[in-house]
Amino acid sequence: MSDKSRGAYWAANIRIITISMVIWALVSFGFAIILRPLLSGIPVGGTDLGFWFAQQGSILTFIVLIFYYTSYMNKLDKEFDVEE
Amino acid sequence: MDQFVINLIFVGASFALYVGIAIWARAGSTSDFYAASRGVNPIVNGAATAADWMSAASFISMAGLIAFVGYGNSTFLMGWTGGYVLLAMLLAPYLRKFGRFTVPDFIGDRFYSQTARLVAVISLLVISITYVIGQMTGAGVAFSRFLEVSNTTGLFIASAVVFVYAVLGGMKGITYTQLAQYVVLIIAYTIPAVFISLQLTGNPLPQLGLFSTHTGSGQPLLTTLNEILVDLGFNDYTGNHGSTFNMVLFTLSLMVGTAGLPHVIIRFFTVPKVSDARKSAGWALVFIALLYTVAPAVGAMARLNIITTIFPNGLTETPLAYADKPDWMLNWENTGLLAFEDKNGDGFIQYYNDANPPAIAEELGWAGNEMVTFNRDILVLANPEIAQLPGWVIGLIAAGGLAAALSTAAGLLLAISSAVSHDLIKSMINPNISEKGELLAARISMGFAIALATYLGLNPPGFAAQVVALAFGLAASSLFPAIMMGIFSKKMNSAGAITGMIVGLGSTVLYIFTYLGWFFIPGTNMLANTPDNWILGISPLSFGAVGAVLNFAAAYVVYKMTGDAPAEIQELVESIRVPKGAGAAVDH
Repeated sequence: MSDKSRGAYWAANIRIITISMVIWALVSFGFAIILRPLLSGIPVGGTDLGFWFAQQGSILTFIVLIFYYTSYMNKLDKEFDVEE
Repeated sequence: MDQFVINLIFVGASFALYVGIAIWARAGSTSDFYAASRGVNPIVNGAATAADWMSAASFISMAGLIAFVGYGNSTFLMGWTGGYVLLAMLLAPYLRKFGRFTVPDFIGDRFYSQTARLVAVISLLVISITYVIGQMTGAGVAFSRFLEVSNTTGLFIASAVVFVYAVLGGMKGITYTQLAQYVVLIIAYTIPAVFISLQLTGNPLPQLGLFSTHTGSGQPLLTTLNEILVDLGFNDYTGNHGSTFNMVLFTLSLMVGTAGLPHVIIRFFTVPKVSDARKSAGWALVFIALLYTVAPAVGAMARLNIITTIFPNGLTETPLAYADKPDWMLNWENTGLLAFEDKNGDGFIQYYNDANPPAIAEELGWAGNEMVTFNRDILVLANPEIAQLPGWVIGLIAAGGLAAALSTAAGLLLAISSAVSHDLIKSMINPNISEKGELLAARISMGFAIALATYLGLNPPGFAAQVVALAFGLAASSLFPAIMMGIFSKKMNSAGAITGMIVGLGSTVLYIFTYLGWFFIPGTNMLANTPDNWILGISPLSFGAVGAVLNFAAAYVVYKMTGDAPAEIQELVESIRVPKGAGAAVDH
């Protein structure tokens, strides 16, 4: 593959990783910890949304992130003809 | 049937299964032994990774950790799962493409330096050996409680079983036993949780039960739990009672540390393709989440259950009489993990926080908390008894706890033995060793590693809880940054990476030992371990993430002073960034 398409493939990978990392940090460090007081008005089963993110929501988000990344990269691999 | 016989049947049957798998999955080559010939289905690898990852601490201790602190210990839930996102995106696919057998193998080749390889081997050995101690002691405890043998005998049986399947099968044997162990441990964990959730909320899914209405009080379970805890002088369950800053930092350290643990990383070398490595990380997290979303429900429900067992008619009415204690309390009192003392001599048990006594304590003549010892590990192990489930569920818990401890121990032992036979012997001492010779060396190293782990399990250093913090701290501050820079920076050179690892490793060890004592020996700490003494308020347990930042920073400064990595290394980095051609790179 040419250096140019190699660069474009890697740039696309870095972009999706960056977006994923922002969401990763937002649900865990953000919603579950630092931003929890701001979300305290949203009730979830006897507590608030921040508590739900801390004990369940962040884990579920992590799973979605990995599977989305996997399918995105599979498409990207095909597009750039670098799949195995 | 006698409970002992039931436990024996469950544990015996599960052990027979593991040994059977070992005989079926014998390793014939080093590729078999180190990486199961890279032929593992990604979903199977996901389940094996989950068992590899979920240790005695996850199975036995985590629900208790959450139950006694509540919201504040959500750090473990997020920290021990968030690392898989880092693994899937930042490490696993590229390391699989690189196609080697061990973590020091990558660091040594990428940074074209035997010194870098050696520093990585040292980090790996410290991390994995400290980690394995907890698994062996966990297996010993589970044996002694459920099979009525001494701790020592239990440990020898556990070591013998691990010896059979790890030495015979290497990674291949370990992979398929871990798959079986995952099935055993997840069933064992889930069944009691489902029953307890049904009893308390009418909802069979513990994940939903946690946020459902408590049938006894007609209001949400967590609201009821908060009210009761506050009435007894405890902190409320859902509130934040610690430092937000350290909560963030500790969670981050656990996440980065998880991604840098060698025994987890090497699992991703066993799948056939790069895309499988990504997918496999997702499945691993799914299988882990099946336990990690149940654990907080078990924690909250068990805590509520215990309080309502002691105060069956409400907090202001007569509590449980000593004479009416249920059998599970008597069983666990025998182990010393649970103890009562009738301080006011009224024949009834009072359980409350006497450091912050509620108003009712004085009114009712309470003279102090009478449940004087309550080991948090009891929660999961005694759960079936507390919820009055049948004897076979207890047998299942026994087999599940042992599966969790043994599966993690085996993964760690493989990481240790492959670092010795592959990185020290093959790559550094005797590069001309034949494949047969290396395989034999790998098996002998495995035997030594098991002997060492058994010795440490029999004579545990008295600081088992703190060494886990050290293991995560070192994984976060030494290995993770080095691997990540090796992939994401084409030009990072050997001097930078070596300096970074030493700075990360050194600063983390120094910070932890400053507050917890040199080699954790009590009294040798240079500063008292209190928040006032911590630099910028950083807890020693949370330092791993800071060590990682120092690693990156030091590496960058030295790299800037010493110049780019050679062209052929930059070409190597280019090649690991794309999946194409991974199938070919099997051996070297």
